[in-house]
Formats: sequence, C-alpha cells, structure tokens
Amino acid sequence: MSETAERNVLVDVRNLKKHFSKGKNVWGRTTEVLKAVDGVSFQIRRGETFGLVGESGSGKSTVGRCLLRLYDYTDGEVRFDGHDLTKLGEKALKPFRRRIQSIFQDPYSSLNPGMNVLDLIGEPMNIHGLYPGEERKEAVAALLERVGLKREHLYRYPHEFSGGQRQRISIARALSVRPDFVVCDEPISALDVSVQAQVVNMLEDLQAEFGLTYLFVAHDLSMVRHISDRIGVMYRGRLVEVADSDELYDNPLHPYTKALLSAIPIPDPRAANARIVWTGEPEDAERPPLREMAPGHYAALPE
Amino acid sequence: MTERLLTARDLRVSFHTRDGDNQAVRGVSFHIDAGETVGIVGESGSGKSVTARAIMSLIQPPGELIGGEIEFRGELLNELPERKWRKIRGNQIAMVFQDPMTSLNPVKKIGQQMIEVIRRHRGLGQEAAKQEAIRLLREVGISDPERRIGQYPHEFSGGMRQRVMIAMALSCQPELLIADEPTTALDVTIQAQILELFKRLKDNPDTAVILITHDLGVVAQVCTRVIVMYGGMIMEEAPVEDLFYRPQHPYTIGLLRSVPKRGGGTRERLVPIEGTPPDLLDPPPGCPFITRCPHAMDKCKELPPMFHIGPGHRSLCWLAEKDHPTVEEVGAGEGNTDV
Repeated sequence: MSETAERNVLVDVRNLKKHFSKGKNVWGRTTEVLKAVDGVSFQIRRGETFGLVGESGSGKSTVGRCLLRLYDYTDGEVRFDGHDLTKLGEKALKPFRRRIQSIFQDPYSSLNPGMNVLDLIGEPMNIHGLYPGEERKEAVAALLERVGLKREHLYRYPHEFSGGQRQRISIARALSVRPDFVVCDEPISALDVSVQAQVVNMLEDLQAEFGLTYLFVAHDLSMVRHISDRIGVMYRGRLVEVADSDELYDNPLHPYTKALLSAIPIPDPRAANARIVWTGEPEDAERPPLREMAPGHYAALPE
Repeated sequence: MTERLLTARDLRVSFHTRDGDNQAVRGVSFHIDAGETVGIVGESGSGKSVTARAIMSLIQPPGELIGGEIEFRGELLNELPERKWRKIRGNQIAMVFQDPMTSLNPVKKIGQQMIEVIRRHRGLGQEAAKQEAIRLLREVGISDPERRIGQYPHEFSGGMRQRVMIAMALSCQPELLIADEPTTALDVTIQAQILELFKRLKDNPDTAVILITHDLGVVAQVCTRVIVMYGGMIMEEAPVEDLFYRPQHPYTIGLLRSVPKRGGGTRERLVPIEGTPPDLLDPPPGCPFITRCPHAMDKCKELPPMFHIGPGHRSLCWLAEKDHPTVEEVGAGEGNTDV
C-alpha cells in the first residue's frame, strides 16, 4: 500500500479473532470453543462507509463489538488512526472511547427509560467533559434539531417517542461527543419501511456534514448496498469477499456471495429471482485466505 | 371461473386500553377467491396482523371485534359458537405465525406433534397419519423425513421449523392458509427457500393463501394480488403488476419509493415518507395518511370512499375520483398548495 493510502486508513483490522468458550469442564477449563470471528482483516478509509453483511451467526456483530472494545479479542490487532488499541488499558483508551461511538439495533432497549432526552444526550458529554454548565442545554438542543426533533422534546422520556424518533435520539447521543467513527449495528432493522429511508438519509447527511466514518453492520442487503462505499461479506467467522459495493453486486465472485445476493426478493413482479444455491463448505475444510482478484476486489477462493 | 372463498365486510377491531380505545382495524372489507395468493402489506400498527386474527376469530381481550362480518363459503363465521369455530380452524382455515420457535412444543417429537394434528383433524389411524406426516415433510423440502420425525424441535434450524409449521398447517388440507410474516425472523437464504414453497402453493388450486408481510420484495415474488393497509384501513388493492407498475394511492407510491431500487447505483438518494403513522387512539377523522401525504387537500379531512380504478384495482383516495387529476398529473409536492 502506498503511503498516502496508508494515511487514508482510519481503522485497520489485522487478523482479528474472537473465540467464546461454549463449554467448561469441572475445573473451569474451556472444553469447547465457538470461533465467532476467526481471522478477519480489513481497512476502513477516512470518510467512507464500510458495510459488513452476513447471516445470523456469521460474526458480523462481534466484529463491530470488538472495534468498540466491548469485547477483548482473542488474537489480532485493531489500529485506529495509527494507534494500536489492542493492548491499551481502560484509562489510555478513554480518548478513543470518545472518538469511536455506536448506534444499536433496538432503540427500545438501548435508551435508559428513566432518563429524559437532555440527560440521555448529555451523559456522554459529561463523561468526556464537553460543553460544561450553561452551554450544555444549548448544545443538546442544537443536536436535537439537527436530527429532526424539537427543542420541546428536551424534557421528555424515551417511552413518549416512536421507534424512528428514538433512533434519532440514539444518533444524537452518539454524535454528542463529536466522534470520528461510528459503528452502526443494524441501525434500521427495527424500523418501519417508510421510516428506514428517513434515518438512512439522515445518516448520510450527518456523514457529509461531520466527516464521519461508518461501519454499517446489517443483514438487509439492498439497504447496505445503498449506503456503503465498500462491503465485506462474512461467512462463519471469516470474510469471504470484500469489494466496492457496486462491483460486489454486479460481479460477485465467491459462491456464498452469489447465493446471498440471489436470495434477496426483488420488489418487481416482472423480475423472477434466479436463485443460486450454495451448500457451503464442509466444517473441516481448509479455508482459503482473501486474495485480490481484480483491483480492490478480494475473494477467498482456492487458487 | 373463480369461486368466492372468503368475504370480509367492514371489519372493526379495537383494543380497550387504559388510555382509551386503540382502533387497530377501522372498517376493512375484502375478499379472497379459492386458490389465489393475496398479500397484505403494511407497517407495524397498520392493522394487517389484527385483520388476520379477526378472520381466525383469535382476537382476545383487551381486543374486541366490534363490528363487521366474515363470510366463509356462504356461512357467517362471526356468529358461530367457539365449538364450531374449532372445526373450521385448522380444517378449513389454518394459520402460520412469525416465530416458529414458540409455536412448537419443545418436549414433543416433531412426528408426534404432526401425527396428533393429522389424526384429530382427518381421522386417520396412527400408521396412516405417520405416512402422511412423512409425505408432507418431504413436500415442504425436508430431506430424510423418516429420520426427522423422530427428532425434537431443538434439533431443527429456524427455517426447518418454519417449514414444519407450514407442513402442519397444510396437513389438514385447508382451503385457506394465513401466513403472518412467515419469513421475517429468518435469514435471506432460508427465506428464499420458504418463498419457493409459497410459490409452489400459488399453483395449487385447492389452497388459497393470505400472506402478511412488510416486505415489498416478498409480495412481488409470491402474490397474485395485493392489499395495502395503513392506519387500520385498506389504502389500495390491486393485482400485483398494477400495484408495482401503476400504483394509485400516494401511500403506496411513497412506500415503493422509499426502498432502494434494484440496479440503482449506490448513493442514489432515497425518498422517504416524512412524518410518522397516525396514533390510533385518536386517529384523524378523514384519510389516515393526511398528515404525511404530499398531495393532501382540504377534502381529505373527509374520508374518501373506495374508488374503482380498473379490474380488481381500488384506491381509498380522493385523487382517484373521476374528475380529479391523477397523481402523475399533479406531480410530487404540488398538491400541498390548496391546504
């Protein structure tokens, strides 16, 4: 990679592994291991949206949580803006905790029901010592207006809002500390179809305005294509394909990607789905690493 | 020659809550012909699932069917006593729910559960029922059914459990199968398998299907006719081609625009429907879409009747009235001027 390209990388994930223990014997030793993420490497460039798709159990959410350091990883490293986050303790990590924020799937369980909007959005500011005193209320109100809510909503509680409005509060909360990078884990899957587009458009506007970089984890493949610049496809803990999003959809190389894309029901009664079925690889098969098949298009195919 | 199977007339369902009556379904009328596959699309709170439950007489307190008629093969169902209802439910009308994990008994073998249903509803003996269960599992695409019927639900994946539920529903050879979001909890590749099953059912003239979903892709791929619901009412009803190529109701048009287009490149801006669905505790008096509609006029404060547009195509919108300009003529956004 050239030097300028190197500088352009905000998040650099190298051979990330996260194993969970599934069973323990009487001495507390792990007897069975679940390899949720098993050697994943990718880079996210400044200002881009990297989509991560896969089915349940593929490890896509686990990758997101590792980047947030909600999990300590088993092996590998994550570099953020040139700094290795892997071995940092909680204290050294704190400035990065501000710069890396998250938005989760369920706006019903990710907001504390006992806090009003002012406190919800103000809490991260408190933790990182931003906008003290009088400025606070103004800053929160400005953010609220920026995400399409009103100043009158400052003293309301989460139960008074609809799902889409709650997700807007979550977004305002994430943006309250002026982050560089936001991990969006299925941010729209709990929302109604007509509201999803509102939130997606807003995420795009905010990205342009604040120069944000997104990791967008989702299972809705048509929405992921819409929002992402590049996409990684995960299957059983590994990336099987990474490419620019149009390239991935127009010219998929890995049989799993082909199967996944052909399974999306097309919202057009004249277009018949020609479904491609992939039976998968045997559990113990040797899994080939990602190789560059065309410029910027990587796939894990045997030589 | 089509045969009328089910007619719903002016169905009304309310949920009595502490804050008042939530009017989930507000005057819904439609029909289902024998053998056809009809999609009911809508967002959460549109009343689509409640409508299905009303047809099955499964509305429970605090919910109440406060008005309307359900006619099935010339018989009024809503006047039947619960005892007679049990015979119809399962035998003639069967239902499949969203979550296959909770609809199966976890401590009984799959075969046992199926055989029980088949014996009760069809009066077959143990052995004959077992053979029928095996045949049905094979039909819904489960390999090695002879071994599978000896297994428990936890040994089946989510997609297979949903197929078992469909096999059980089909085991009584119902004339109408109601599937409420049958693929929503499943991964796309598994969803595709279940949808192929529904496509095959579409060609079966003995079973009509009502497929309830929020996914326009599912509707386009599987249904012959579509009913669009919003705010407890039917907004538009049309043959599937008409709905996708000649939508008339502003809500349907908005819904179709708010999903990413196939083949549309990345970063092509989505067109959302602004605002939020109406509060059904206190719904607006006229059109339920009035607060979000780009074409809303003064007249919309009065509820329009269903206007007939073409064969099988109707729309609950003043724009569909004879002398009114069509939505295309008005153009996006211009309709707001006379509010």
